[in-house]
Amino acid sequence: MNSGLDLEFSFNEILKGFGLSSELSHIIWLPLPMLLVLVSAVVGVLVTVWLERKISAAAQQRIGPEYAGALGVLQPIADGLKLLVKEDIIPAKADSVLFTAGPILVLVPVILSWLIVPFGQNLLISNVGIGIFLWIALSSIQPIGLLMSGYASNNKYSLLGGLRAAAQSISYEIPLALSVLAVVLMTNSLSTVDIVNQQSGAGILSWNIWRQPVGFIIFWICALAECERLPFDLPEAEEELVAGYQTEYAGMKFALFYLGSYINLILSALLVSILYLGGWGFPIPVEIIAKVLNLPINAPVIQVFTASLGIIMTVLKAYLLVFIAILLRWTTPRVRIDQLLDLGWKFLLPISLANLLLTAGLKLAFPQFFGG
Amino acid sequence: MSIAVTTQIICFSVLSLVVIVGALGVILLESIVYSAFLLGGVFMSVAGLYLLLNASFVAAAQVLVYVGAVNVLIIFAIMLVNKKEDLKPIENIKSRRIISTTICLTLLSLLIRVDLSNTWGLADPNKSIGEESTIRIGEHLFSDYLLPFEVASVLLLMAMIGAIVLARRDVMNQDISTGLPVDQELIEKQNEPLLIKKN
Repeated sequence: MNSGLDLEFSFNEILKGFGLSSELSHIIWLPLPMLLVLVSAVVGVLVTVWLERKISAAAQQRIGPEYAGALGVLQPIADGLKLLVKEDIIPAKADSVLFTAGPILVLVPVILSWLIVPFGQNLLISNVGIGIFLWIALSSIQPIGLLMSGYASNNKYSLLGGLRAAAQSISYEIPLALSVLAVVLMTNSLSTVDIVNQQSGAGILSWNIWRQPVGFIIFWICALAECERLPFDLPEAEEELVAGYQTEYAGMKFALFYLGSYINLILSALLVSILYLGGWGFPIPVEIIAKVLNLPINAPVIQVFTASLGIIMTVLKAYLLVFIAILLRWTTPRVRIDQLLDLGWKFLLPISLANLLLTAGLKLAFPQFFGG
Repeated sequence: MSIAVTTQIICFSVLSLVVIVGALGVILLESIVYSAFLLGGVFMSVAGLYLLLNASFVAAAQVLVYVGAVNVLIIFAIMLVNKKEDLKPIENIKSRRIISTTICLTLLSLLIRVDLSNTWGLADPNKSIGEESTIRIGEHLFSDYLLPFEVASVLLLMAMIGAIVLARRDVMNQDISTGLPVDQELIEKQNEPLLIKKN
């Protein structure tokens, strides 16, 4: 594999050229990718909210937001500004400390998980060795925040919503982790960069979706359940629980929940595209394109081109999945809590275990196709 | 002192402070819900300490198992049986407290003694495993630690079956070990409608 663009290295070289020490230039570099990813996550949320409004309108034969900017693209910004200036209400009988800490605990792990999302060979904040495992561990913190805000609101609907959220999250984490484990088994590594590289051999044909079709479906169902999207939005089922754990929240604290759920949706879509759809890989490998065009793969122009193509491909695949998620939300009915838990424990868990066993067997039988 | 070392010292002091204060809060606070949430904070800080020691896999496993599973289930159980009532006053609480304090202090002094008398074998910084640790842990789990690993899983399985038997006792009408019919009087719930009962 070629090393691709290494922005950090070039940046440090430039700063060293100004006479700064390598340590200092590293410190100046550190916040840049974090800020960039944070900004892109928030922009991603704005885009998703707009898509949600427009697609739901199309599904229900309405027009949707129209007056705020062209085609209503400024509507999500208007929503955000409205939430920003709304009064921050804490109910009199609520536990104000836990009430405030809850939304933060929900949002922070989701944002931290963006640490491992790669947009290219070197285009991620940190290629940590535990990669995808970090995301699984971080996403398990979220239910604590949900339980906390459910309890602190001192409202029976909030408490029920929080309990449901925790039960759902625990149940679906196990098949989710097992389907990730099958991918990791084929890659021999937990790192997200290695997982994508392992799928980049023959373009679209080497993507994990062909080798892990069952795992892909299990992962997508579980990711939707973890994001609390319809058909699994039990914790905030309007007809039963008002708005679940969000019932008592207003203003910026509600906005944190809102932001958290949408960032989580985009993150899940990105991870599905990384684990199963070849991440930043183009359907035809760029090496072949470069060879046909008779260009050296390490030429600076080609490097810039492949890096931008990688970012575009990752975002495109993720938004395709977001589109499917939005379409699912506006076309499917909600499942009941017993159906949800039955599906998780009695169907997805055995199937994901069988999938893992099958993958291990196929890996031993055909090491050249299933990672040796 | 380089910037990396300074950062490390600051992180270590903050994390250890959180661990100690949080652990004290877990046992000293009256509210059981606060204790449970603080326990989660303590587990998180311990994971942070593992991270400082370059054991990222252990840190993530700590978060996943202790925060994501154990602590969530503790909070879950507390909230399911959340009765707003004070705990019953315990008899001769003072002498009990004195005894437990003595035991804890003795244990603490023993640990400090072990810490001071042991010469800790520090790993060679040039030979640190770093990201390789995941592979090393896997190798150990499937070679020399295979038996403890399997025994631990059997133990967990036994605990789970035990919990199921205890929880589902009301649907079984005969004792599993003796085969004799079980007296269901205490377990079976009355089927009287609540509204009629009130009048």
